[in-house]
Amino acid sequence: MKYFVSKRLGAIALALTFLVSSLTGCGSKNSASDSVEVTNNTVYRTVDEIKESGTINIGVFSDKSPFGYVDENGEYQGYDVYFGNRIGEDLGVEINYVSTEAANRIEYLQTGKVDIILANFTVTEERAQEVDFALPYMNVALGVVSHDDAVITSLDEIGDKDEVIVISGTTAETYLEKNYPDIKLQKYDAYAEAKTAFENRNGVAWANDNTEVIAFAIENPGYEVGIPSLGSADTIAPAVTKGNESLLNWLNDEIKALGEEKFFHADYETTLLDTYGADYEDTLVVEGGAITGK
Amino acid sequence: MPNLGIDVLFKGKNFLRLLSGLWVAIRISLISVVISIALGLVMGMLMTSRNKILKAVFRIYLEIVRIMPQMVLLFIVYFGTTRVFGWDVSAEHSAIIVFSFWGVAEMGDLVRGALISIPKIQYESAQALGMTGLEIYLYVILPQTIRRLVPLSINLITRMIKTTSLVMMIGIVEVLKVAQQIIEANRRTSPNAAFGVFAVVFLLYFLICWPISRLSGYLEKRWL
Repeated sequence: MKYFVSKRLGAIALALTFLVSSLTGCGSKNSASDSVEVTNNTVYRTVDEIKESGTINIGVFSDKSPFGYVDENGEYQGYDVYFGNRIGEDLGVEINYVSTEAANRIEYLQTGKVDIILANFTVTEERAQEVDFALPYMNVALGVVSHDDAVITSLDEIGDKDEVIVISGTTAETYLEKNYPDIKLQKYDAYAEAKTAFENRNGVAWANDNTEVIAFAIENPGYEVGIPSLGSADTIAPAVTKGNESLLNWLNDEIKALGEEKFFHADYETTLLDTYGADYEDTLVVEGGAITGK
Repeated sequence: MPNLGIDVLFKGKNFLRLLSGLWVAIRISLISVVISIALGLVMGMLMTSRNKILKAVFRIYLEIVRIMPQMVLLFIVYFGTTRVFGWDVSAEHSAIIVFSFWGVAEMGDLVRGALISIPKIQYESAQALGMTGLEIYLYVILPQTIRRLVPLSINLITRMIKTTSLVMMIGIVEVLKVAQQIIEANRRTSPNAAFGVFAVVFLLYFLICWPISRLSGYLEKRWL
């Protein structure tokens, strides 16, 4: 008798699973974000396919002001988004911004769920094996900020007894440990702790990403960025799915063409000027994909 | 009074955005909870069966759910299925699939636990009264099981609502993500906004979970 009951219930369970899976299956076919092209065995879409569909999917940060964020009206804004808007305009398509996180940017491209990632993506060798980077549109490097009554303009000025503040786990820490093993480091786990320590003069200088130290010096009077660009200069570039030649070439041509009209300088002046000031425009902006000497 | 930065919530459409983010979280968890309860009941009954193969299958299923972090499951369903099969499951459907997958397993185990806690004499007495197998389940065992299930499943449901914050990893903008967006967009003008905004998010989660917990209290009182 009990066997009979479980058999019957088994049938019900099976039917329900079918129902649920068919419902979700149908739903996904109708969804608007149908971005994956499986017919020609590639996950990415070529420029023609994007134009034909009328929408491009661009992955950006939605909570990294001033590069990619959402304003109080729910609109995407920022340095990366300003460029994204122009891409949509020049392709003549609508833009669907997808909110990405640092950890899932590569996945999004590899599955073709977005066409381009414009989420402040730093070009590294490891990443270049997974995705294709177009020409860069921004520089990132390390920077060193110090008190304005004792500005440090070169790392050689740091004495034997002086200590430099860094945040654990950042590029600044690894760079200084590797290249300047003689400099004493004072390590803090959190940004707030490092900030307090620096303000109380526990260290002569504070090394961090240059965008961070520049913004700090502008927000807090009494400090100066003596070394605005240090270490291996990395770049920020748009990324596309590996192998998507057509979109990659289009982006490279676009970036070169935009250089003619000083597009990224205009971008900086619209989106980053408030945070970083006019002094660092040429340090941060890469125009026309060409990295100029500092 | 210190400036907690709650005022940033009243800039533009910010509060409305927060509420629509909350609706996304509620929608995903509500659909998943309904599926979890329905299939979980069935699954729990099947788990008590003596069929060895069935038992083994459910055991493996339950262990997978227990071992795999929900985040990994989300990545597998959203990105993995596209990679391997070329399916394009939308982010929200992926979230519902993952949360139901998790909910059905845990709910099933709760139901199984509640079922086997019903003394054998209840089955035997009902049988002695001449009830059929289905009747025993419907009129004797299930009502008692459901009573025992209420507090346990409320725990699971509120846990599922809170865990929806993970869906931001597959690009769904829910309440916590909106909160982060608002805080970050106002980082320079009101650096303390994090406290105020997260306090409001806490309140919103509370307003959702508290009635559920009250309802459970009411049901327990009424039935016991």
